[in-house]
Amino acid sequence: MVVSTKKALEGAHASAQAMRQINPDVVAAYPITPQTAIVQTFSQYVADGDVATEFIAVESEHAAMSACIGAAAAGGRVMTATAANGLALMWEELYIAASMRLPIVMSVVNRALSAPLNIHCDHSDTMGARDAGWIQLYSETGQEAYDNTIQAIRIAEHPDLLLPVMVMQDGFITGHAVELVEVAEDAAVKSFIGTYKPKYSLLDVDHPMTFGAWDLYDFYFEHKRQQTDALSKAMKVIVDVSKEFGRTFGRNYGIFDAYAMDDAELAIVVLSSTAGTARTVVKKLRQQGVKIGLLKLRVFRPFPAQELADALRSVKAVAVLDRAISFGSMQGAGPLFLETCAALYAAGAKAKAVNYIYGLGGRDVFPEYIETVASDLQQIAETGKVKSLVGYLGLRE
Amino acid sequence: MAKENATWREVNIAGMVFEPGCTVEYNTGTWRVNRPLHDMEQCTHCLICWVYCPDSSIIVKDGRWTEFDYDHCKGCGICASVCPVKVEKHVETGKAGKVIQMVEEQR
Repeated sequence: MVVSTKKALEGAHASAQAMRQINPDVVAAYPITPQTAIVQTFSQYVADGDVATEFIAVESEHAAMSACIGAAAAGGRVMTATAANGLALMWEELYIAASMRLPIVMSVVNRALSAPLNIHCDHSDTMGARDAGWIQLYSETGQEAYDNTIQAIRIAEHPDLLLPVMVMQDGFITGHAVELVEVAEDAAVKSFIGTYKPKYSLLDVDHPMTFGAWDLYDFYFEHKRQQTDALSKAMKVIVDVSKEFGRTFGRNYGIFDAYAMDDAELAIVVLSSTAGTARTVVKKLRQQGVKIGLLKLRVFRPFPAQELADALRSVKAVAVLDRAISFGSMQGAGPLFLETCAALYAAGAKAKAVNYIYGLGGRDVFPEYIETVASDLQQIAETGKVKSLVGYLGLRE
Repeated sequence: MAKENATWREVNIAGMVFEPGCTVEYNTGTWRVNRPLHDMEQCTHCLICWVYCPDSSIIVKDGRWTEFDYDHCKGCGICASVCPVKVEKHVETGKAGKVIQMVEEQR
């Protein structure tokens, strides 16, 4: 087993540590709160000579992702980081990076999208990018952000995938909160990620090739089908890489983390830091005899529809907590709920599902809110009726 | 270029092209709205048009202007714009102007 050192780190600094150990060829990035802590720390590593990375300080996130695309097409191991409006400004390039099958790894410190202007956490930024073709991993803690970042390199560069990966953590709640993070030896990380040998490279002058070529009605459709096929293979790769990571570093990850789900009749599905609050409540309710469990999704893209439906097979009622609204969707529900409903329907599951929007713009989530959710779930399980499909936690009515 | 009727399992990843110069096989001249016409009798073979043409559509042999590659010329008019040789009457258009002149493409 690898020797690790416990360090008191903010979540963003944990991500920067992972980037230092990965030592990518190129990082092109633009600062934006609350992600700045990552690129600022990383640029210090560059200035101090701790990494050999070519750091490109660009004029915008649009340029940041463009430079990443160029560097990745040239055959480099490429990373960046962003948040909120910065991610939105990358919108065009996000699709291009994925469609060109470039294994870029990006940290996203989740933050609410403007307007009104807000720098605090919600998931509207990355949920807006959910159909861009990137793999999305959500982290509950700084430790998970660190571990996911290292694994993301292996996932992205897997020859069956060649897909970009986003690694998320919650802005301020995780990004700026200090916690103990086990940081592995540099050599262990280096050995785990291995040397990147790009299959396709613009700098491979002996094999000249064109990237991003003209592709009309006679081929574009086939390339899109090929892209969705690559994403369908991602789940197996993620599971395999996670297992190897577990064997090497002693921390195990799956597609999701199931807590107290074995005999659960009620379930809560949630992403990122709120899983910690929800777990505390579930633990307390279990002590009171309530058969409730928690599913913390780690992988949102590709969406683990079958696996999630299997995990919820014997559940009577499930509450999905969304930190984003899919505006104009069924009753203004959140994206995680909509995906979960689709998964349950396709699997013929009988569970009643209900959605709660919470924490928008950094609004605190208290254990009492989760207790309200649990109490609603008990009522739904008893009556078989959902009174309100989409509710709001912590909203002033 | 990818082979015709290739299935999604057969096409190159991300539409990559592994053979350089494959545009030779692809007629892009059909987009042209304006067509450049050249006056061989009054051309000085300075080849400034050859330098400027962005689509390598001025064909030169033995240092002399030879022909337009109309399969790849997009009709941008840069050749006509940079042509420095004035003529009183163009052999093709019959108009005063330069050795290369643009006319509307007739299809």
